[in-house]
Amino acid sequence: MFSWFGKVNFVQYTKVSDFAVHLKDGRLMGSVCSGCGFQTFPPRADCPECMSDDFEFTEYSGKGEVYTYTKTDAAPTGFDDIAPYTVVVVELEEGGRLVGWLGDTLDAGTLAIGDAVQVVPRIWEEGEEIKVYFTVDRSGTTWHKAPAAHLG
Amino acid sequence: MSRVGVIGVGHGTFGRRSDATVQELAFEAFRMAMKDAAIERSVLDASVIAAVPEYHKQRSVAGVVQEYLNLNPLPTWLTEVACASGSAAMRTAWMAIRSGLHDVVAVIGCQKMTEMETAEILALMGRVGEVQWESVFGTTFPGYYAMFANRHMHEFGTTHDQMLAVAEKNHYYGARNPNALFRKEITREKAVASDPVSSPFCVYDCCANADGAACLILAKDEVAKELSKKPIWLDGVGCATASMSVLRRPNLVGLPSAQEASKQAYGMADVTAADIKVAEVHDCFTIAEIMAYEDLGFCEKGRGGAFIDDRQSYIGGKVAVNVDGGLKAKGHPIGATGVSMAYEIVRQLRGECGERQVPDADVGLTHNVGGIGQYTFVHVFKRD
Repeated sequence: MFSWFGKVNFVQYTKVSDFAVHLKDGRLMGSVCSGCGFQTFPPRADCPECMSDDFEFTEYSGKGEVYTYTKTDAAPTGFDDIAPYTVVVVELEEGGRLVGWLGDTLDAGTLAIGDAVQVVPRIWEEGEEIKVYFTVDRSGTTWHKAPAAHLG
Repeated sequence: MSRVGVIGVGHGTFGRRSDATVQELAFEAFRMAMKDAAIERSVLDASVIAAVPEYHKQRSVAGVVQEYLNLNPLPTWLTEVACASGSAAMRTAWMAIRSGLHDVVAVIGCQKMTEMETAEILALMGRVGEVQWESVFGTTFPGYYAMFANRHMHEFGTTHDQMLAVAEKNHYYGARNPNALFRKEITREKAVASDPVSSPFCVYDCCANADGAACLILAKDEVAKELSKKPIWLDGVGCATASMSVLRRPNLVGLPSAQEASKQAYGMADVTAADIKVAEVHDCFTIAEIMAYEDLGFCEKGRGGAFIDDRQSYIGGKVAVNVDGGLKAKGHPIGATGVSMAYEIVRQLRGECGERQVPDADVGLTHNVGGIGQYTFVHVFKRD
C-alpha cells in the first residue's frame, strides 16, 4: 500500500507500508521501537539504536513549527503541473521533522520560520487510484478521521 | 609515514562538449597529466575513474575509459559518491599507494552530462533527495540548498545579496580561467533579475551541468621525488558522512560532514584553518560557499555573509576561494569536479596560475561535497 503515498511515488514496498493506510484514514504515524522505546518520525521498522526489528506505529498530533521552506518554480518530472509549489519543513511537537506542501489555509508570501502549523493528512482528489499525502496548514485546522483501523 | 605526492595534472575545457565522448574527454585530461608528469604509461600501476553512472548511456564507464587511454591490463575501479566522486577516487588512490599495493596511480574524473534529454534530467532532479519520504513532495537539489539558505538568513541575518556576491566573485575569476564554462563577469544587479528557481534562489545562485574531465597522477614518496622536481603533497585526506535525509540533520545552517572531514584533514596534515592560503570549495549553490567558509573554520558559524561582503575570499583576502571560478562559473561535470579542484590547488601551489595566482600559496585545500552534504571530502595539499 505504500504506493499510495505521494503524487509521484518512488517506493512501493517497505516494512512500514501501513503508514499510507493510516494516512488515508486521517492519521499521521511515527514508530516506537518495541525493544528500547526509541520513537521516530518518519516511522522505521528497524531500530537504529538497539537494532530491534520489532516496532509499533504511534500517532502524531501533526502540530509543529515551520523550520524552513522554499517556493519551487523549477519542478521535476511529475510536479510541473502544480508548480510553483511551496515545500515546508516542519519541526514536530513530538520530535522529528517532516517535509510537506503548504496547504490552502496558509499563504507562501507571509509564511515565516517559527510559525505554528498543523500537518493535515490528505487524499488526492483527481484520478482513479488512491494517492495520499499531507499538507502544512494553519494551526487549528481540523480534518476527518476514519474509525481506528485494525491492521495485521 | 611516507607521503603521497601529485606529480602530474591535466584538465580539459568544461562546457557543452558536443564534440566529444566521455572517453575522449578523459583522454584530453590524461594526456595533459602524463605530459606534465613527463612519464610513460609503463610507470603507472593502476587507475581510478570517477564518474556518476546514471548520466552516461555507456554502462560501467571505467571500462571504456581504461581501454581508450590504452591502460589495459592495469587494474582500475570506479568511485561514486555523487558530486564528490572525484575526491573519492583520490582518496582510494591515496589508500592504494599508502597500503604499498601500488606506487603510481592515475586518477581520472570524467562526466558527460549534456547528452541527456531535458526530460531525463528533470526526472533525475526529482530523485536527488531521500525518495521514500521527501521526493514525493517534489523536493529538488536547488530546493534543499534553498531551505538551508532560508534557515541561514533566519538565524544569522545572511542576505540574498551576500549570496549573489559569491556568484559575482566566482564569475570574476571564471572569466579569467580558459577551462571555464562561463567566461563572463556578472553583476549582482543582473543576477538578482534572473529567473526564479527555488526561493530565495534565482538562476545565478545555481551552478550549471557541464561536460569535462580532469586528471591527477599520484605517486608514493620516494617515487614522487625521483620523478618530479616539485611534487605537491596530499597530506590530509578527510572524509565524513551525514544523514541522507536532510530532515534528520542537527540543523540546516551547515554540513556536519564538512565540519568533521575538515577536522580530520587539518589534523592529518598538521595545519589549522588559518594556514590555508587557497581553497576550492563546493559552491553548487551560492549558500553552499558561505556555509563552507564557516564549516572549514575560515570564519565563525554565521559570519560567512560578512566574510564575502568584506571580500575576504578574494585574492588578497584572508583565504582565496574558488579563484578558478568554482562550480558556479567553471561548470560542474559531477564526476570530474573533485579532481578539477585538486588540479587548481596543485597549480596554485606550484605558482603556475598567472593573473589568478594567489601570492605565497604554500598550503591549499579542496572541499568536495556529495549530494546535500551526505558525503564530504576535505583534502589538504602542501608544497615543500
